[in-house]
Amino acid sequence: MDPIFLAEAAINGILLGGVLALLALGLNLIFGVLDIVWIAYVDLVMLCMYAVYFLSVVYGWPIWAAGLVSLAAGALLGVAVHLLIISPILTSAPINQLLATGGLLFFLQSAATFLWTTDHRSVRLSLPSFEIAGIFLPATRIIPFVISIVAVIALYVFLTRTYIGTAIRAVSQDREAMSLMGASPQRIYIVTSAVGGLMAGLAAALLVFQYSVHPFFGGQFGPLTFMICVLGGLGNMVGAFIASFIMSEVIAIGGVVISTEMGYVIAFVIFIVMMFVRPGGILAKRE
Amino acid sequence: MLELSGVTAGYGHFTALWEVTLRIAEGEAVAVVGPNGAGKTTLLRVVSGLIAPRSGRIIFEGEDLAGHPAHDIVAHGIAHVPEGRRLFPALTVADNLRMGAFLPAARSRYRESLERVYTLFPVLAERRGQRAGSMSGGEQQMLAIGRALMSQPKIILLDEPSLGLAPVMVLRVFDLIRRVREEGYTILVVEQNVRQVLRLVDRAYLLEVGRIKTEGRAAELAEQDFVRQAYLGV
Repeated sequence: MDPIFLAEAAINGILLGGVLALLALGLNLIFGVLDIVWIAYVDLVMLCMYAVYFLSVVYGWPIWAAGLVSLAAGALLGVAVHLLIISPILTSAPINQLLATGGLLFFLQSAATFLWTTDHRSVRLSLPSFEIAGIFLPATRIIPFVISIVAVIALYVFLTRTYIGTAIRAVSQDREAMSLMGASPQRIYIVTSAVGGLMAGLAAALLVFQYSVHPFFGGQFGPLTFMICVLGGLGNMVGAFIASFIMSEVIAIGGVVISTEMGYVIAFVIFIVMMFVRPGGILAKRE
Repeated sequence: MLELSGVTAGYGHFTALWEVTLRIAEGEAVAVVGPNGAGKTTLLRVVSGLIAPRSGRIIFEGEDLAGHPAHDIVAHGIAHVPEGRRLFPALTVADNLRMGAFLPAARSRYRESLERVYTLFPVLAERRGQRAGSMSGGEQQMLAIGRALMSQPKIILLDEPSLGLAPVMVLRVFDLIRRVREEGYTILVVEQNVRQVLRLVDRAYLLEVGRIKTEGRAAELAEQDFVRQAYLGV
């Protein structure tokens, strides 16, 4: 195999990892604070992708404007999921919360199918490509990657430098102690859900650069996102960030060396093996 | 300043406190002593709003706070240093203190409070960039008390401040609480370490299986034979 293809695959892996990191960090942030995995997280992304599609393709908005709407829609959806589904069952058994967000997944898939049929819809952006040392770099991958990294840095600054961001980290370590500091748990949950939703909305605006949207888009990225979170250690933000790039590299390089499907197979096999070797995630200390 | 009357509370079908009545005047230091499982921790959790009482009143500065959520009660000026300290272990010392001043009113006086806490506990200033979870038990207890002071409280509830500390550290922590007292804070402390705590406070209540058995001046209570036998081991 020409090493140039491997190099190109490795770079594509990094570029894909940026957007995956957004999804994984959003899901992990919510898990860290609420101890609930939003099974339907990527289905919220799917809804936002439809918003971008309709605004930019059907109504002719510029892509950045449609993207901003996607951000706002994601944040609102996040808050809605918390208030309508999570909040009423916050104190019930974890399995109920899992089932409720799982139910939301089927509801959103069915509703999207009903409203917009199963057609694959694509935004089809015509952007230039660059060639550096024989490696082909399309702007449709570079732009989402750069924006993702900027967003990850912004999230880091938010969580470490702001009062509310530090409070979110504090709640994920000790919920009750933070209420003794005067923070209303519900307020922290709403802010966390909004930020998690915002990440989903941003991911949606970036995923339309490369992927077409359809009602079952969640099935394409949902399990992968969840797997990255577990591999990085549920609730561990740094771990999730690193795991995003491990998984995207495996998928990209495996895809070129063997086949696209085998790339995913290898990624899942590595995940299963890691679950035996390091069940607490890649950064967890071994027991 | 703080007055509990007929407070009954518990968890599920279990009742941990029965008709508890006690009173703390401004500037006073009061201890609640008693054996393990007497309901001491529950008592503080009811006052700070972590659990709601089934009945009874919790009057603080003329207002009944019974059933208010914890985040609202701390805004009234009641700071709770919970059992086991409950720091945010992955946050730095400075961030833990910053979280102590989460309330808007406390946040606006953050600098001033921080100065005060660092003067009281200089070791916290030295360790400000260190993760709270990596400090020794005694230092963690100082941080827990310092974090509570950051909320600009009028009264501080201390739950077993000597728990899990080495004997030398126990003496130091009591010494530090004495200094906090001298700053003018009102203190309600629950302890199993009866001998030490009775030297610190003005008055004490004896709690047994969820009921107040006796109360009195700390010195008098220490003299009572049954307290000696039960807790001092004399």
